[in-house]
Amino acid sequence: MAQHQVNYASSGGLPVALTTVDHLINWGRSNSLWPLTYGLACCAIEMMASGASRYDFDRMGTIFRASPRQSDVMILAGTLSKKHSEFARRLYDQMTEPKWVISMGSCANTGGMFNTYATVQGVDRIIPVDIYLPGCAPRPETLQYALMMLQKKIRRESANMNNNKKQNLRLI
Amino acid sequence: MRKYVPKDNVQGKAYYTDRYHVVPSTPREDVSSDEVFVKHLEILSSKVEVNRAEIQLGSMIVEINHEDNFKALEILKNECGYAQLTEMSAVDYLAKDGNFEVFYQMLNLKDVKRMRLVMRIEQGVAVESVVPLYKSANFAEREMFDMFGIVSNNHPYMRRILMPDDWEGYPLLKTYPLQGDEFASWYEVDRIFGKDAREAIGPENRDPARVDRHDTKRFSRVGYEVEFGADISQGETKTAIEYSKTFLVDYQEADGVKPAEDRK
Repeated sequence: MAQHQVNYASSGGLPVALTTVDHLINWGRSNSLWPLTYGLACCAIEMMASGASRYDFDRMGTIFRASPRQSDVMILAGTLSKKHSEFARRLYDQMTEPKWVISMGSCANTGGMFNTYATVQGVDRIIPVDIYLPGCAPRPETLQYALMMLQKKIRRESANMNNNKKQNLRLI
Repeated sequence: MRKYVPKDNVQGKAYYTDRYHVVPSTPREDVSSDEVFVKHLEILSSKVEVNRAEIQLGSMIVEINHEDNFKALEILKNECGYAQLTEMSAVDYLAKDGNFEVFYQMLNLKDVKRMRLVMRIEQGVAVESVVPLYKSANFAEREMFDMFGIVSNNHPYMRRILMPDDWEGYPLLKTYPLQGDEFASWYEVDRIFGKDAREAIGPENRDPARVDRHDTKRFSRVGYEVEFGADISQGETKTAIEYSKTFLVDYQEADGVKPAEDRK
């Protein structure tokens, strides 16, 4: 323990931290990303595994919430059918700003193997995506990595969301 | 990507054109080879007109006229012991014969027998619902309507079951394109944003192997970040990766302790 003890006397005298507002807000945002409990297909199994004790999303401050009103990340885990796309968009609209989206797996990214009439060919047609996570299905480690990349992205961007250049459908 | 070819005449043409190819066929036996089926067929044919009856793979197949379907199933259930309707749907033979084949697959647990009742119907003809006899027909008939457009009369809840209620077209028809028609390919865009958004969103990318590394609206390379929508067809410059630092002043660094990042 001794080596972690802060020696105020040798560090400028006072416990003062200097930072920017952007840095402070993004520090808070990126370390408490609460995803929506929202699984679409088999990728959801991997997402559940990521949240459970072995891979343990909780240690990153990522706690699954059962309501879009309390979430700021949407993990689209699996095949999005055209019938369901309206509801996915509605859930996204119900989330409060700032909000981010991880598209998890091949089906969510591009439609994947379901090159058919009933599957949305990439969720970015209806929802702006921040992180595309490839794989079929991606392992929990890769979802953790995607989340860490999202944290990195959040820390880099402005705390004022209006200043951030967002992809495709943010305008709509 | 595989080229789309029109499927209008797909049943008229031979599927496989190898001249030495022998089309595999299921051996057909006469009903008289099984005494239980003979008994069942006798009961059925005494009250309903039977067009064809045979045994394939140990299962009896009986073809009737479509007007008699309720009556025939009532007899099979109450008098022949076929207590379960395990499966029912239709097959599209529109291009080949100009009609659908509706089939009812049934199971008799008492005699351990399976049989299939089939009937041909023209397009646009409705069949009588058998939900009063078999509860399992409820969803099956809805699916038949959803996939083929075959309506069941007197069904308690005749609506689509798998596709959205406002869907156009019947996806299991042989003429229905696999990747959807105009309506299907724009369904989610029209539904969520309206038809005006079609232009902004653009058509579906149906080529799973398509990679556009110059697309800076959707993708960015780590270490090569550029402005949103920038033209990078002439190449992009390497930018330093910015790692996040703790916002607190690192006292340990000032004290000469090795920083946390390097310790790992």
